[in-house]
Amino acid sequence: MLLQVNNVSKSYAGAQSSICAVNNVSLQISKGEFVAVQGPSGCGKSTLLLIAGALLKPDSGVVLVDGQDPYALNPDTRAGFRARTIGFVFQQFHLVPYLSVLDNVLAPALAVPGNAAETRDRALQLIERFGLSDRSQHVPAKLSTGERQRAAMARALLNQPKLILADEPTGNLDHQNADALLGYLAEFAIGGGTVLLVTHDDRAVAHAKRVIHLQHGEVAEPIVS
Amino acid sequence: MTVWRLAVREILHRKLSFLMGVISVTTAVACLVGAQTLLRADRVITGHLLEQKQTEVEQSIAAKESVVKQAGADLEDAMRKHMLGLGFNILILPKEQSRSELLLNGMTATMPESYVDKLGQSNIVTVNHLLPSVTRRVLWPEQNREVILIGTRGEVPIQHRALKKPLLEEVAEGKMVIGHEIQKELELKVGDTVTFQKQEFTISAVHPERGSTDDVTIWMNLRQAQELLGMQNLINAILALECDCAGDRISAIRAEIEAILPGTQVIEKYSQALARAEARSKAKESAESALEQEKKSGQATLLREKLGRDQLEQQHTGFAAVLVPLVLAGSAVTIFLLALANARQRTEEIGILRAVGLKSQQIILVFLSKATLIGCAGALLGIGLGFWIGWGLGGLSGTGLAWQQLFATGNLLQTIVAAPVLAIALTGIASWVPALLAAQQDPAVVLQGG
Ligand SMILES: Nc1ncnc2c1ncn2[C@@H]1O[C@H](COP(=O)(O)OP(=O)(O)OP(=O)(O)O)[C@@H](O)[C@H]1O
Ligand SMILES: [Mg+2]
Repeated sequence: MLLQVNNVSKSYAGAQSSICAVNNVSLQISKGEFVAVQGPSGCGKSTLLLIAGALLKPDSGVVLVDGQDPYALNPDTRAGFRARTIGFVFQQFHLVPYLSVLDNVLAPALAVPGNAAETRDRALQLIERFGLSDRSQHVPAKLSTGERQRAAMARALLNQPKLILADEPTGNLDHQNADALLGYLAEFAIGGGTVLLVTHDDRAVAHAKRVIHLQHGEVAEPIVS
Repeated sequence: MTVWRLAVREILHRKLSFLMGVISVTTAVACLVGAQTLLRADRVITGHLLEQKQTEVEQSIAAKESVVKQAGADLEDAMRKHMLGLGFNILILPKEQSRSELLLNGMTATMPESYVDKLGQSNIVTVNHLLPSVTRRVLWPEQNREVILIGTRGEVPIQHRALKKPLLEEVAEGKMVIGHEIQKELELKVGDTVTFQKQEFTISAVHPERGSTDDVTIWMNLRQAQELLGMQNLINAILALECDCAGDRISAIRAEIEAILPGTQVIEKYSQALARAEARSKAKESAESALEQEKKSGQATLLREKLGRDQLEQQHTGFAAVLVPLVLAGSAVTIFLLALANARQRTEEIGILRAVGLKSQQIILVFLSKATLIGCAGALLGIGLGFWIGWGLGGLSGTGLAWQQLFATGNLLQTIVAAPVLAIALTGIASWVPALLAAQQDPAVVLQGG
């Protein structure tokens, strides 16, 4: 099991009462699996993803990523663990606005000490693979949305993570770009990586090996495609 | 990709925020360095001005001193000259010469001319120059007027003394020296020939007006005068010139002379030279007191200048003591607020960087790198600006003084060397809290926004 989420709950403090975003959710994803989480808006998909991505500590329950409970680590060690193990792709891309594509792709390397030249080669390879070679010195503002998402994808892959967590990565893309991105994710899974994709895009489901339905912060019924 | 590069990229992206940080550091450093430069400039200019004033005062004193010296020399010279012209201090006369007779009718008694030689060969010490003479009020028949005729032989040397430069030249035979009145009335001039009792004389000198019997006197060679008067080998008096006979010494002179020449008497003559010498002495005294005054006023000027400068320096020091800490504090607050605003501005990117795995120290480092850059840039600009302002305000530009003099003494150099350290410390400390806040930011909050 690469990702294990056991009886995880998370509620946010609201204006009057607390909002239960994720309620007693459990799921297991093996290495090389491509899993999609689907559900209506506000059902707690993003919250679940952040919990699984070692970014949001649940109120209760246990998360194991590659056999490690990230929330047992101190914040800096957890950050290092995250950098080495998990790659993120977001709907808003979340690229650093003043860094070039190459620098953005290289940013996760800051968290993982390594050979600078090798890392750079790897970054250039990724950039080439995502068709951004002639854009590598451009800042995000000068890129198309598809190019931005590809740059984010390249960044997620730089540290050769075992798990990719993607939150609505196709939400801002047209069909063509969305398909391409889903293709890359599928490719990553085929290469032995694990993908947890949060979406309400039905096309994403076509690429997923397994779809989990989430409703009101709870798992509805697992559907095996 | 390094933290440093991240900081530089961010600075280039948000130039205004960086610029404002740099400006506030520049202000603080410029204020500090400017104040120090100004205070140093004050010091240097003060030193320079006081030196200048000192020189002026010294020059003025030297000028006054030379006046005093000149007055002294004049006095000495005048003593000599007037003694030569008018003065003799004592008159050696035959014992039988009555004083009343002398004052009423001039010299009437005679003594042998050999007396003067006797005196000259003696060991006399109280008098210097000896001048034998015959004096008689006579009629100048050719001109039909009365004159005083004086026959002189010139100085008789005192043998045991080293030969002195004679005060009086002998009147040569066939020559005549005349007084002012005679010259005026007879319209004579040097070189003219006159006849006196059938003998021819050439005028060799004319004395200026002296306001005494000298003005109606003619001088000729002793020998010729003795012949004309039928007084061969006789004289009326011996003048002793330049005798050191002030005060009680006259009695010593009398004793000495009467011992050598028993048949004589010595009378003291008050000479006009003495009066003149007194006047000169007064002049010398007043020159001396002027010198004293100059010295005093010079000191006063120096003191006044120094007090004025001290006051100015104190004003500047007091001003700097208030302004510098105030501006430093203001800059620190500004930098703090700028860093805080910057941290808020960077919420998203910091969330992203935290999400991709950067440690909190790395986030702090990004902020401190920026702070260091702001500090360095601000310090360099501030040093330049501060030095320029201090230089200008200090008024050094007009004095022709070199800037190197500011570093010759004092601690301006230390201030300038310490300024970047201080600036970096200032920005570092002011950025510290915002950096900590940024580093502790929860990345999830940012990412949820998407
Ligand atoms: N930081 C927060 N503070 C308070 N409530 C929150 C916070 N984040 C999310 N929520 C609430 O928790 C619930 C689940 O939110 P979440 O973002 O996980 O839903 P989602 O399934 O990702 O929705 P969407 O499809 O619209 O992205 C929502 O009701 C949301 O309003
Ligand atoms: Mg969501």
